[in-house]
Amino acid sequence: MQTSPTATMQRIGVPRETYPGEKRVATVPDVVEKLIKLGFKVAVESGAGDAANFSDESYRAVGAEVLPDAVALWSASDIVLKVRPPSSDEVALMREGGTLIGFVWPAQNPELMQQLAARKVTVLAIDCLPRTLSRAQKMDALTSTAGVSGYRAVIEAANAFGRYFNGQITAAGKVPPAKVFIAGAGVAGLAAIGTAANLGAIVRANDTRAEVADQVKSLGGEFVKVDYEEDGSGGGGYAKVMSEGFQAAQRQMYATQAKDADIIITTALIPGKPAPKLITAEMVQSMKPGSVIVDMAAEQGGNCELTVPGEAVVRHGVTIIGYTDLASRLAKQSSTLYATNLLRLVEELCKAKDGVAVVNMEDDAIRGLTVIKDGAVTWPAPPLKQAPAPAPKPAAAPVEQKKGGHGHGSSGPLPAKTLGIIFAVAAVAFWFIGAYAPAAFLGHFTVFVLACFIGYMVVWNVTPALHTPLMSVTNAISSIIAIGALVQIAPPEAGVNGRPDGLILWLAFAAIVLTAINMFGGFAVTRRMLAMFRK
Amino acid sequence: MSQSLATVAYLGAAILFILSLGGLSNPETSRRGNLFGMIGMALAVLATVFGPRVSPSGIVWIVGALVVGGSIGLYAAKVVKMTQMPELVALMHSLVGLAACLVGFASYVDTSIQLQGAEKAIHEVEIYVGILIGAVTFSGSLIAFGKLNGKIGGKPLLLPGRHWLNLVALLVVIWFGKEFLAAHDVQSGMLPLVVMTVIALLFGIHMVMAIGGADMPVVVSMLNSYSGWAAAATGFMLSNDLLIVTGALVGSSGAILSYIMCNAMNRNFISVIAGGFGSGGGAPAKTGDAAAPQGEVVPVSSAETAEMLREAKSVIIVPGYGMAVAQAQHTVNDITKTLRDKGVQVRFAIHPVAGRMPGHMNVLLAEAKVPYDIVMEMDEINEDFPDTDVAIVIGANDIVNPAAQDDPTSPIAGMPVLEVWKAKTSIVMKRSMASGYAGVDNPLFYKENNRMLFGDAKKMLDEVLGALKG
Repeated sequence: MQTSPTATMQRIGVPRETYPGEKRVATVPDVVEKLIKLGFKVAVESGAGDAANFSDESYRAVGAEVLPDAVALWSASDIVLKVRPPSSDEVALMREGGTLIGFVWPAQNPELMQQLAARKVTVLAIDCLPRTLSRAQKMDALTSTAGVSGYRAVIEAANAFGRYFNGQITAAGKVPPAKVFIAGAGVAGLAAIGTAANLGAIVRANDTRAEVADQVKSLGGEFVKVDYEEDGSGGGGYAKVMSEGFQAAQRQMYATQAKDADIIITTALIPGKPAPKLITAEMVQSMKPGSVIVDMAAEQGGNCELTVPGEAVVRHGVTIIGYTDLASRLAKQSSTLYATNLLRLVEELCKAKDGVAVVNMEDDAIRGLTVIKDGAVTWPAPPLKQAPAPAPKPAAAPVEQKKGGHGHGSSGPLPAKTLGIIFAVAAVAFWFIGAYAPAAFLGHFTVFVLACFIGYMVVWNVTPALHTPLMSVTNAISSIIAIGALVQIAPPEAGVNGRPDGLILWLAFAAIVLTAINMFGGFAVTRRMLAMFRK
Repeated sequence: MSQSLATVAYLGAAILFILSLGGLSNPETSRRGNLFGMIGMALAVLATVFGPRVSPSGIVWIVGALVVGGSIGLYAAKVVKMTQMPELVALMHSLVGLAACLVGFASYVDTSIQLQGAEKAIHEVEIYVGILIGAVTFSGSLIAFGKLNGKIGGKPLLLPGRHWLNLVALLVVIWFGKEFLAAHDVQSGMLPLVVMTVIALLFGIHMVMAIGGADMPVVVSMLNSYSGWAAAATGFMLSNDLLIVTGALVGSSGAILSYIMCNAMNRNFISVIAGGFGSGGGAPAKTGDAAAPQGEVVPVSSAETAEMLREAKSVIIVPGYGMAVAQAQHTVNDITKTLRDKGVQVRFAIHPVAGRMPGHMNVLLAEAKVPYDIVMEMDEINEDFPDTDVAIVIGANDIVNPAAQDDPTSPIAGMPVLEVWKAKTSIVMKRSMASGYAGVDNPLFYKENNRMLFGDAKKMLDEVLGALKG
């Protein structure tokens, strides 16, 4: 397929988004530079980045061509990067055999899929990325978009809410902190939790997947449990539909939270299904006047019964925000992140860095993304055979039981059986010694055993940081063995019974030299070390 | 000086030794503890020299020996680098072991003590056991010394049927012990004694050779314990209570340290001593297929590392043996100071078996004047990783390996580890992708929030420091 690299150097085109109100753009100047480094030519439609504060000039400055209109751009581009799915007009502009990369939502847009297939193009749907592949995370635009939306949801709520988020005590009186409840702790929910907590609100959150509790806590939120046993982890990091009993318990919990919270942000989505209705009209009624609900699932029908998709409405004194373009409302940020996701994808397509994109269907990530290949629909991709995170951690238990096993005598009591065996063995040993050993030995033995215990008690208190000095000081102290040599070197009994004085003298002398090295060296080096420990 | 005065002086020395160990329980009292140890030792030596058991003719010999040995010891203590502490301690253990052997032999050939019946038997058992422990300590410590300073490779030497070899050695030792007790005079007893000593020396070599480099902290503290037991056995042999007390103190403290180290690695003491770990030779455990880490390694430059550090609010530094090898502790301290001046919270997380002897990292950081109140133990700091922006691992591997928790088939499964991967970003400084002493691949390197900074720790940290200041 590829002839010479220069001849086939492909042009990447970025049109202006045509969807009403869409402010994002599929690439930004910083990324254009990197695309050019990969060997591509880059063309941008005039005004494409205006709404996201990227001027034509800034694109030109990094080496992109700026083409005057959509017709020129689409016809000149081998690869088109987009945000929203293309309109049928745009599909008509597409060059046959070209490649389109962007959000497509093939399940929701069957007609669009047919039109695209008819144009004999290749389509990579960024929303179809196999998210469980850790390699694919750098391309995960759903995650980066959701993060931006979650942030923006809190900002919208703060805008509509008539009070501070953080509690304050001022000369003008005490202000209680706002209470924020977040339904669904996916990427968007977690971003919302972090943002709200940073603004100083009290944040509570719930999710049907119990394993996210730790993530909620790590961002400063409190995890509210539903009083019912069932785990809701579906495949691919999404939640699944829960049982009837669970849903009743969940409704109860939401009703309680609605009464208490000032702000509710809902993010609950189930793939391929309408969003679950979590907040009923009665719950809205039970909320304090001036409260705010941000329904991030508005596009899929909304988590709240009273949501109007795309609008902010006031019902029963509660502002219900159902904007479907939260990410677009933070256009510069979400464009930058999205552009980087697409850059990573293009890098995967163009490993040779020769300006030619190759769609390798053997690659799991690319296979998942590719929904149409040269006019043939290849969606849905076969499922990946990979477990989504080792759900019940098998190794967690042995780690727990070892906890605190180190230092400060906290090893926990020995099991009674072991203790019993130790005592029995000790009793037999003691009886044996008592029965056969002479009295003089017993005196020494008593001293020995007691000293062992003292050593045991004393050393447990030593802080681990001082283990090295401890070893060197005990080492120095063990040169007490010099005493043994000292009493041998020239005792009063010299010469008695043909004692080989000369030999013993030399043995003892050598022993004293050796232990003296240890004695002086050991204490000196310990002193040197301890002098270094300071606050 | 009378016998009673000498005994009282011994009692005083014993108390001072106990206070000395007790004083090490925290850094503030530790210097006083060491001083107590010195006073105790001086008291014990003086009481012996001027006591009834030494006649004046010996004093000149004693002074000569103390001057020779003392100057060697003081010189060694002065020139040793803090990174070489494990070697020095191991070498010193061997001296105690050798001294115990010499005293044992001297005691055996001493014919001035005439004992009968059970007392004679017990005395001879004491000599036999004392020399046995002394010899094992001597040869074992020498090998440990060689392994620690790299003269002998860290890989365990595993002879075929090594457990049987050890068992045979033990039986031979017991059999010769019987022969030794049955001997009527010094000449006939000498053969079994010498044979036993040779076997004990070989056993000491074999024992330490079979233990992998990662288990060195256990070995060093175990040999420390042995040197204590050797002193205690000598005390029994010479009927000297001070030796017994001190030997028991040292012996039990070493044993407890070994126990703590084993706990820190979640390993059974017996299995460490039996050896063979840390080789990758335990063939079935070496997985590589199913558990092969997924993902890719993301290298960073020192400039990017400096950038991440500057933008962090809290940083945890995890030092390992690599920091000791590269002598990077002073640069680490400079980086710590620079970051703290910028208002970044910097702390150190020390794994109990980081380095080659217990507390090795603490000593190095103390040498570089890192304040000890920001140096934390594993249990104190492990929960704080999720709230940490950047965790830097300097030349450590196995102690930060998530496989210990996630992969039940891993050779290090169940070993408590520092959970650096829970930090927002972790940076691992390493010379290459080679695995650690345990020979286990580390999935941490492939984690999405992990970055690798390849190169010599000292050089890289100097660059990071330069970038931070620039």
